[in-house]
Amino acid sequence: MKQRVFLIVFILYLSCSKSSENVDEVEQVNTEQTIQGNQTTSETTSTTVGTSTAPSPAPTFDRESMLIFWADSIIVPAYQNFNTDLLILSESVNAFASNPSEVNLDLVRSNWITSYKSWQHIEMFNIGMAEEIFYINRMNVYPLNVSRVENNISSSDFEIEHPNDYPAQGFPALDYLLFGIGSNDSEILEKFNSENSSYLMYLVIITNKMVELTNIVINDWPSYRDVFIASTENTATSSINKLTNDFIYYYEKGFRANKIGIPAGVFSADELPELVEAYYKKDISKTLALEAINAISAFFKGQAYNDENTTGNSFKTYLEFLQTTKDGNPLGQLIIDQFEIAKNSINELNDDFTIQIQNDNLQMLLTYDHIQVAVVLMKVDMLQALNINVDYIDADGD
Amino acid sequence: MFYRIKNYYSKSADPAPLVVFRIFFGIMMLISIIRFWNNGWIKSLYIDPGFHFTYYGFGWVKDFGEYTYLLFLICAISSLLVAIGYRYRISIIIFFLSFTYIELIDKTTYLNHYYSISVLSFLLCFLPLNAKFSLDNYIKNRSYKTVPKWTVDSIKLLLFIIYFYAGIAKINSDWLLNAMPLSIWLPSKYDLPVIGESFMQYEWVHFLMSWGGMFYDLLIPFLLLYKRTRVFGFILVVFFHSFTKILFPIGMFPYIMIICSLIFFDTKTHKKIISLFKIVTNYLNNKVLIKRKIHNTREFLRLRKYNALIIVLFFIFQIIFPFRYFVYPGELFWNEQGYRFSWRVMLIEKRGYSNFKIVDSVSKKFFYVQNEDFLTDYQNKQMSFQPDFILQYAHYLGDHFSKQGHKNIQVFVDSHVALNGRDSKRFIDPNTDLYNQTESFKHKNWILPLKDEIKGF
Repeated sequence: MKQRVFLIVFILYLSCSKSSENVDEVEQVNTEQTIQGNQTTSETTSTTVGTSTAPSPAPTFDRESMLIFWADSIIVPAYQNFNTDLLILSESVNAFASNPSEVNLDLVRSNWITSYKSWQHIEMFNIGMAEEIFYINRMNVYPLNVSRVENNISSSDFEIEHPNDYPAQGFPALDYLLFGIGSNDSEILEKFNSENSSYLMYLVIITNKMVELTNIVINDWPSYRDVFIASTENTATSSINKLTNDFIYYYEKGFRANKIGIPAGVFSADELPELVEAYYKKDISKTLALEAINAISAFFKGQAYNDENTTGNSFKTYLEFLQTTKDGNPLGQLIIDQFEIAKNSINELNDDFTIQIQNDNLQMLLTYDHIQVAVVLMKVDMLQALNINVDYIDADGD
Repeated sequence: MFYRIKNYYSKSADPAPLVVFRIFFGIMMLISIIRFWNNGWIKSLYIDPGFHFTYYGFGWVKDFGEYTYLLFLICAISSLLVAIGYRYRISIIIFFLSFTYIELIDKTTYLNHYYSISVLSFLLCFLPLNAKFSLDNYIKNRSYKTVPKWTVDSIKLLLFIIYFYAGIAKINSDWLLNAMPLSIWLPSKYDLPVIGESFMQYEWVHFLMSWGGMFYDLLIPFLLLYKRTRVFGFILVVFFHSFTKILFPIGMFPYIMIICSLIFFDTKTHKKIISLFKIVTNYLNNKVLIKRKIHNTREFLRLRKYNALIIVLFFIFQIIFPFRYFVYPGELFWNEQGYRFSWRVMLIEKRGYSNFKIVDSVSKKFFYVQNEDFLTDYQNKQMSFQPDFILQYAHYLGDHFSKQGHKNIQVFVDSHVALNGRDSKRFIDPNTDLYNQTESFKHKNWILPLKDEIKGF
C-alpha cells in the first residue's frame, strides 16, 4: 500500500512539473517540421475492394527498378565499354611487345589513357565479384610501390597474386612503365628494347592480368545480375545498401581523398604532389578527376551510361520520392548542384595536378572544400532520409 | 506514517517470485554473454579498437587485450552461478562488477538495456534471491519460507521506473507531433514481409506507433501492478517486445524484459513455474546427487540495516538522476548533456560527420585527420554526433600528434549533424580549439545551438 501511495505521489509530481506547458506550446512545432515519408502525392489510386474508408495504397518507391536500371543501364554497359577499351590496349601492348617501336609505344600510351578514363566509371562499383577478387585494389591503387615493381622486374618474379603486389600492378604500374622508367622516350624505349627485356615482360603480364581480372568480373555479371536486382531489402548485405555505401565511400575516398585531398596535403603536414593519380604521365590527373566526377554525377542522377538522356530511378528520384529537403530545397538537386560546383572548380585547375599543387595549392584546397560539401549532404542528410547506415555495426541497437 | 512504513517494512512474502527471477535472470544473462561472444563482439568492440571512449571519471577502465575474454568468462560463470543459486551473494556481486566493468570500457556501446542490467544486478546484490530453491540452501542446509515483502517489491519498483521513465521521455514534440524518429525508421522497414510495403509506409501508422509506444510505457507498469489487468498487461508486454524485436536490432532485450515482468505475478504463478523447474532438479536429485533434504526451514525476517539503507539511497538516485538534464541549457537531444542513464530509448535518429583539423598555432599549417586511421566504423559513427566523444577524441588526436613531434597543436572540428529528420547543421563551433577544452559536468558552450525547440521532457 505504502508503495502505491508513494508511486501516485511521484506521478502527480511529474505531471505537475512540466506537462502543462507542453500542451499549448507543442502545436506550433508541427507546422515547421517536414515529416519524411509523408506522401500525399497524386499517385494514390482508390481501391475497389475496400469500403469507402479503405486507406489508399501505401506509397512505395520501386527499388527493384532502380537496381535494374543500375545494373542494365549503368554498371554493365560501363564494364563493357571499359572492357572494349582494355582489349584495345591489350592488343597494342602485344603489338608493342613484338615490335617495341616508338609508334607502337605511342599507341599503347594513348590506349592506356582511354581505358584509364573509362575505368573512372567503374571504380565505384565494388560489389559482387569485383569485391570478392579485390578488383579495384588490383586495378588502381596509387601511389605505386615502385621498389616492389623494380624488384619484381629485376628478379623476373612475375607472380603478382600476393596482396603486397597489389600496389605494383594495374593502371599505376602501366603509368610507370610507359612514362616513368626513363627520363625521356628514348631511354624508356631502350629499356623495352633490351634483350629479353623484363620491363617488356612485366608490361605484358600486368596488362594480361588486368584483362583477366576484368573478364572474371564481367563474366560473373549475367548470373550475379539476378541476385543483385532481387536484393532490395534494407540490410547490411543488400544490393541497395552496399552500393550506396560503395558510392559514398568512393566519393569520399577514391575521389575526394585520393585524387585531390591527399596530394594537396589535406591529411598531412605538407603537400604530397607525388601522390597524384597518373603521377608519371602527370598531365592527365585533371582529365581523370573530371571523368570521375562526371561518372559520379551521372550515377547519382540515374543517367544511362550510353545515353545521358535516358534516365531511370536513382538516388535523385529516391530522394524526390521521400521529399527530402534541406533549407527548403530538394536535397537531390542540392547534391547534383554541388557536384557541378566541384566539377567547375576542378576545371579551373592545371591539367597536371603536381604543377597545380606546387604553384598554387590553395586552388586545390578550395576544390577539396567544394567536394567536401557534398560529403556532408550525402553522408548525413541523404543517409538519414534513406535510413541506410554508413557502416554496419554488428551490435544491438537501442 | 512512520508506523505504516515500519509495518510495510516488516511484511513478509513468499520467496517464489525472487527465486524465479533469479533463475531466469541468470539464464538470460548467460545466453546474452554467449551470444555476444559468439557474434565476435568481444573482439570487434573491446579488443580490436586501439582507443576507447571512456566515461568521465572512468578513464582508468581499460580492456585487457586478449584477457578480455577472461572477463567475459567470469561474467558468464557468475551468471550461471546466480541462476543455480550457488554462493549467490558473491556470484551476483561478481556479475555486477564484471558486467559493469565491461560496459565502462567503451561508451561507444552504451545502450539503455545494458545500463538496466547493471542497475538491476546492483539491486540484486542486496536481495535474498537464494532464499529458496538454490544450491546455497543445500550447502547451508537452510531455506526460507518467507522473505521481506519489500525485497520483491523493490524489483517491481525498478521495472516500474524503467518503463514509466521511458514513457515520460516519449512525451516530446518530435515523438508525438512529428512521429520522429519512427517516421524515418518504419518506412525503411519496407523489406518486412506483408506489412513492409504497406503498413510501415503509412503516416498514420507512424503516429499510431509513437502514441501507442508512449502509452504502453506509461501504463504498462500499472497494468502489471493490478491483479485484474495483469494478464492483459503481460500479453501486451509479450506483443510489444516481440514487435520491437521484429522491427529493430535490439538483441536479447525484448526477452529480458518479458522475463523480468513475470515478477509482477502472484506467488501462485511463480510456484507453478518452480514446479516446472523441479522436474529437472528432482531428476538431478534422484539420479545424480545424493538425496538430500533441507531440515532447517525458517523465516527470513530482515536484511542487515545498511543494505536496506543502500537500497533506499539507490532508489532516490534512480528517481532523480534521469532529470539531471534540467540543469543544462539547450536542447537535450542535440547537446546530449544528461541524455544517457535516463531511460531515453529510441528517441533520436542522429547522424553526423566530424572531420578534425590539426593546426600548428604558430605556423598556421594544418591538416585533416582520417578518422578511420584511429577509430572503428562504429566508434566513428558514434563519435560524430556526441559532444563528449568529440572532445575526448580531439584530446586523443592532440596527444597523438604531439607525440609524433608536431608542435603548438590546436584541434578543431568541422562537424555537421542531423537530428530527427531535420536538415544537417553545424554542430560544434569550428573556431574552438578543442584541445584546449576540458571535460567536466559543466555545459559545453562550444556546442552550437540546435535553433529549434523540442518541447516536452
